Amino acid sequence: MAEVYLDNSATTCVHPQVAEAIMTALRENYGNPSSAHRRGQAAEQAVKKARRQVAWILRAEPGEIYFTSGGTESNNWALAGTAQARVRQGKQLITTQVEHPSVLEVFRRLEEQGFTVTYVPVDEYGLIDLEALAAALGPETTLVSIMYVNNEVGSIMPLADIARLLKQKAPQAVWHVDAVQGFAKLPLFPHDLGIDLISISGHKIQGPKGVGALFVRQGLRVKPLILGGGQENGYRSGTENVPGIMGLGLAAELMWERRVEAGAHLAGLKERLRQRVQAEIPAVYANGPQDSRGAPHILNLSFPGVKGEVLLHALEDKGIYVSTGSACSSHQAPGSHVLKAMGLVPQRLDGAVRFSFSPDNTRAEIDYTADCLREVVPELRRLMQ
Amino acid sequence: MEQLILARYGEVGLKGKNRRFFENQLIKQMEQALDGLPLKGITRTYGRIYVTMAGEVEEALRRLSYVLGLVAVSPTQSAPLDLEEIKAAAVRAMQGAAAEGYTTFKVETRRPNKAFPIKSPAVSRETGAEILRQVPGLTVDVHSPQVTLQIELREQRAYLYWRQLPCPGGLPLGVSGRSVLLLSGGIDSPVAGWMAMSRGLEIVPVYFHSFPFTSDRAKEKVVDLCRVLARYSGLVKLYVIPFTKIQTALREGGREDLQTIFMRRMMMRLAGRVAEKEGAGALITGESLGQVASQTLPSLAVTEAVVDVPVLRPLIGLDKQEIVKRAQDLGTYSISIRPYDDCCTVFVPRHPETRPDPEAVAVKEAGLVAAELIEEALTEAEILFITSDWEGS
Repeated sequence: MAEVYLDNSATTCVHPQVAEAIMTALRENYGNPSSAHRRGQAAEQAVKKARRQVAWILRAEPGEIYFTSGGTESNNWALAGTAQARVRQGKQLITTQVEHPSVLEVFRRLEEQGFTVTYVPVDEYGLIDLEALAAALGPETTLVSIMYVNNEVGSIMPLADIARLLKQKAPQAVWHVDAVQGFAKLPLFPHDLGIDLISISGHKIQGPKGVGALFVRQGLRVKPLILGGGQENGYRSGTENVPGIMGLGLAAELMWERRVEAGAHLAGLKERLRQRVQAEIPAVYANGPQDSRGAPHILNLSFPGVKGEVLLHALEDKGIYVSTGSACSSHQAPGSHVLKAMGLVPQRLDGAVRFSFSPDNTRAEIDYTADCLREVVPELRRLMQ
Repeated sequence: MEQLILARYGEVGLKGKNRRFFENQLIKQMEQALDGLPLKGITRTYGRIYVTMAGEVEEALRRLSYVLGLVAVSPTQSAPLDLEEIKAAAVRAMQGAAAEGYTTFKVETRRPNKAFPIKSPAVSRETGAEILRQVPGLTVDVHSPQVTLQIELREQRAYLYWRQLPCPGGLPLGVSGRSVLLLSGGIDSPVAGWMAMSRGLEIVPVYFHSFPFTSDRAKEKVVDLCRVLARYSGLVKLYVIPFTKIQTALREGGREDLQTIFMRRMMMRLAGRVAEKEGAGALITGESLGQVASQTLPSLAVTEAVVDVPVLRPLIGLDKQEIVKRAQDLGTYSISIRPYDDCCTVFVPRHPETRPDPEAVAVKEAGLVAAELIEEALTEAEILFITSDWEGS
């Protein structure tokens, strides 16, 4: 087996059709969308098309989509821009303990600026504690940020339940959803749920890196983060990344079109890997929900007695690429904040490995991975004892 | 146009009968550093080396500032031994200083050539006056000048310079022979390597790679450290020795408390074999007394008992802060602190033995690692030739 890439929550391989479209955009559609001439207009058309593609998936208006440099910028902008814009209405903000660092770090900064932030806990499966959320919500709450799909364990936050709570207890609050791991893979319709802001990233859906989008509900005011030439209605300046935006639009459409079959395929892969590993290797624990409350493309397993990073390298030696926790934080101190929030014991924290799938992964690859784990894990356990 | 660089050396000048040998080695190192630049020649007089360039002086200065054995380099004007010529050269030199924004200066003259009829203070006075007349924007400040113009009146010519770039000092690389450096990727060993180099020892680094226990990024770290060391040596020959099988074998032999010592003894043996191959007369380690369990006196003794060549530990008397400071100055610190485990940190026993008994260790270790494993590791060693990080390759 040449290479088995099971790190699709870190990034994905660009879809061939998307790569081709980007190449064409780079070489032929090179105009600046702000230019008055025909070359510029053609580029503007390409951006408009991508806006329609993204809007269609969210059942939103194209005018509600703003392109950014990626998920991190979208999260930063949504949170900092909203908190600042609504500072007169209140300074009470709410998020969860298991958000991505590009959300948590913004809240830490806002705390320094005098805001109060409630970090709502999660249960042992990584699902938000709805009672704790209900208790935190109040008339002073101005901003709530809750992710859609957790990037480390795949837990899908119950957005419909959250929507009901928000409507009841804090209708005035702006609601942001970091949907980087769920967009175009799972349904997400902001107008049905009353979501105000949604963050999207290109490279998690077989699109290019360095491009993302923020859905901003019509009529909502968010302070711009990046100032300049007034692109994107003055909300996000900077010459548009036309090839990237085109690629994001097309990738989103392709992903969305095959979401149903892909979802079934992914769920099958995930289930097979989990069952084989748990049947063939003693003491392996699955982290996160293993039913419909978990995303079909993320499987997080703990191998107590093995350091996650060492297992990662041992698998790498067999051509299998996985990750420990989230890729962005794998250079930091051990122990993922998500698994800690789920209350995992240290041994399970240490030996956690994330397998994340793409629709292109095959059953043969999963079996090869299970075979390798069966060979490697007992060996490493013996040595690292 | 020809441009002159004056290079001064320190310790080499204190040598007696061997001085010629040290100087030759120094010049060889300088030629190597200037490889690829338009060098016209290197000449020496007593205590001084003169480099003539046909251009690219700044690049030449930068490269020379890494040549071990040199103390300082200066871009220099030279003039015939004639006061008017000297004054003209002084004006040329100080125009450069004024162009860089300096405003105050003084002149200092040395006259090793006593045949020159005018005494030093008079030369200083007269050239100073000429500079004041010719170079606008400069005034004299004899107490704390921004710039000091040095004039040296030597046998054949006069030399004038005001800029001095510090060089690392020490002894020219290679005059003391060659050594094998045990390079881990941590903070200490690159500093130890540099200190050995500054005593004239060429280094051949050896890195033990324990994939999957240590990642390829840990190896990359070591390569990047070698790129920094290569600034001083031009090229570094790095041995990457696969260590996983040996470590596994040691691990399976039990005796957790002695793991670190077994491991270090194996490293010493392997490094000793590389030393034989490379004609190296010593091993260099980054060990510093008492830092960790493997660095107690009994541990060091047991560890080095398995090799014949001397094991040098240049950091033995330094405390951690001092080592960190040196690593920062050297430019290795930021590489060393990248968070990837090295082979010394993966298998750390809970209760390491700090006072191992040499005979007991030898007995326990016997048969634990077959000679074939050592041979295999040496055969499978990867040899990398690493150029300095400013050569961009």
